Amino acid sequence: MLSVKNLKVSYGCIEAIKDVSFEVPSGKIVTLIGANGAGKTTTLRAVSGLEKTTGGTVFFQGKEITNMEAHRLVPLGISHVPEGRRIFPTLTARENLELAGWTIKDKKQVARRMEEVFFFFPRIKERASQLGGTLSGGEQQMLAVGRAMVTGGSLLLLDEPSMGLAPVLVEEIFEKIVEINRKGTTVLLVEQNAAEALDIADFAYVLEVGYTTISGPAKQIAADPRVREAYLGV
Amino acid sequence: MGNLRSSRLVTVVAFALSAWRSRRGNLPLPRLLTVAVLLYAVIQLLSRTGILNGYFMIIINRSLVFVILAVSLNLINGIAGQFSLGHMGFAAVGAYVSGSITTLIFMYTSEQVASIGGNIVFVIAIIVGGLAAAVVGFLIGFPSLRLKGDYLAIVTLGFGEIIRTILNNISVVGGPRGLLGIPKFSNFTNIFVFTFLTIVALRNLVQSSYGRALLSIRENEMAAELAGVNTTRGKVMGFAIGAFFAGVAGGLLAHLLQIAHPTQYGFYASALVLIMVYAGGMGSLTGSIIAAFFLTFLTEALRVGIDQLRDRVGIPVGTEWTMVIYALLLILVMLFRTDGLMGMREAKLLVIDERKK
Repeated sequence: MLSVKNLKVSYGCIEAIKDVSFEVPSGKIVTLIGANGAGKTTTLRAVSGLEKTTGGTVFFQGKEITNMEAHRLVPLGISHVPEGRRIFPTLTARENLELAGWTIKDKKQVARRMEEVFFFFPRIKERASQLGGTLSGGEQQMLAVGRAMVTGGSLLLLDEPSMGLAPVLVEEIFEKIVEINRKGTTVLLVEQNAAEALDIADFAYVLEVGYTTISGPAKQIAADPRVREAYLGV
Repeated sequence: MGNLRSSRLVTVVAFALSAWRSRRGNLPLPRLLTVAVLLYAVIQLLSRTGILNGYFMIIINRSLVFVILAVSLNLINGIAGQFSLGHMGFAAVGAYVSGSITTLIFMYTSEQVASIGGNIVFVIAIIVGGLAAAVVGFLIGFPSLRLKGDYLAIVTLGFGEIIRTILNNISVVGGPRGLLGIPKFSNFTNIFVFTFLTIVALRNLVQSSYGRALLSIRENEMAAELAGVNTTRGKVMGFAIGAFFAGVAGGLLAHLLQIAHPTQYGFYASALVLIMVYAGGMGSLTGSIIAAFFLTFLTEALRVGIDQLRDRVGIPVGTEWTMVIYALLLILVMLFRTDGLMGMREAKLLVIDERKK
């Protein structure tokens, strides 16, 4: 579904991504794990068009999307939940969701998807008329995922959904990700919490200073002694 | 006679608009319209009976022009969240373009205006002035809106000064003397109509889904982009639309004061409009309207007050002290009402009812 080959991204003269290649098969959960500064977020941003690439190609459903602008990728079916949630702070939770359906012409469909989000995250329903900025970290993360559900892509990019959340909430968010995936959405997950990510993923890639170094089925990666030592702390 | 005819014109336009709106259903334009017509009638009546003399009418007219300037700047600064410091530059474009059309091309004089009353050329000149400003806004906005915050502020500040300098050096439009002899086409009626239409247009824009998109850019540009909003286009369009209305305001002002002078459109004037937006509340049209009236009247009161201080009391102060008062006012607003007078709120009158909620 998504195929990234020899991706390069530079910030000025610093090459953050030197050579990253990976595949996301349809219907699966694929995770990119790695330490701080390995280039996980940059990779996601390059895929969703927020960052210009300096080399390599990105194909989505057989169509080249390298360097396409983010807002043009949304109608094609890529929804990206960015690092740090980025909800609209002075709009209500409901308005946040409404805006996420901006590219969808059929407003009934937006309403239907919003109902789904409310069913999926009852907490968001409770908070629907509360301003986004006043929600707790966990609620904001749910809202950010909810927004992506309203946008409704076939590929969901998730950037550190567990960041800054209490362990109970981390558990809950990961359960929701699995549930979203079961409903037919392909997921590309970037995580520092490697143990949780490998637990739910089908395939995994390890990123190190701008390169994809180890890759394979998530179970196999989780058992790899190098990964166990460096990322799982066992 | 002219007034009577023009007030009939207002009624016709108003009813046409309300009919159009009510056909579309959900907008309470008639209520807003009723208030506007009443307000117009009351002021017109007071003016005819001489209770509001010509001096007051000039201040009211100026206030209305500043309402247009403030609400249009609010679209750029408050709704779309860009920081423009050169709003008066767009007004200058509108003033000079429309002034050139009526004065230099059609060569109307004020005597002719008195005999022919309203004129379609005037309306077209104002609109063309607005369009010219919008084009300039587009040209400025396209390359510079990828800048953010302070950088955009510097570009727009520079733009305002560039416009002023250019006007100072074009001898066809009078250079530093200014464009003189502009016919006095603007009157209370047509300024009122333009102001009303501006408010309605911006209200509908802001409360449409397109306005929401602009708001999302202010809130978080990245998230807006990820929701599928073309943020670059949104910002440029917001900028150009704001510039259009500023150009309209400039044209009205030129035909009211019968002069367009480079110094009228300098940084001080832009700063005054900016203060109106901040004092009224970023993103609140209601706030901008109130603040525009309040500050225009305050300017006049301060001018009179300072003259009195100098001439009667003997304190050597000049009108430049009004800027000191404004600065103090702005500091007070920032300290005690961080979000301005209205914050993000709107008067009920300006809120479009949403059927479901």
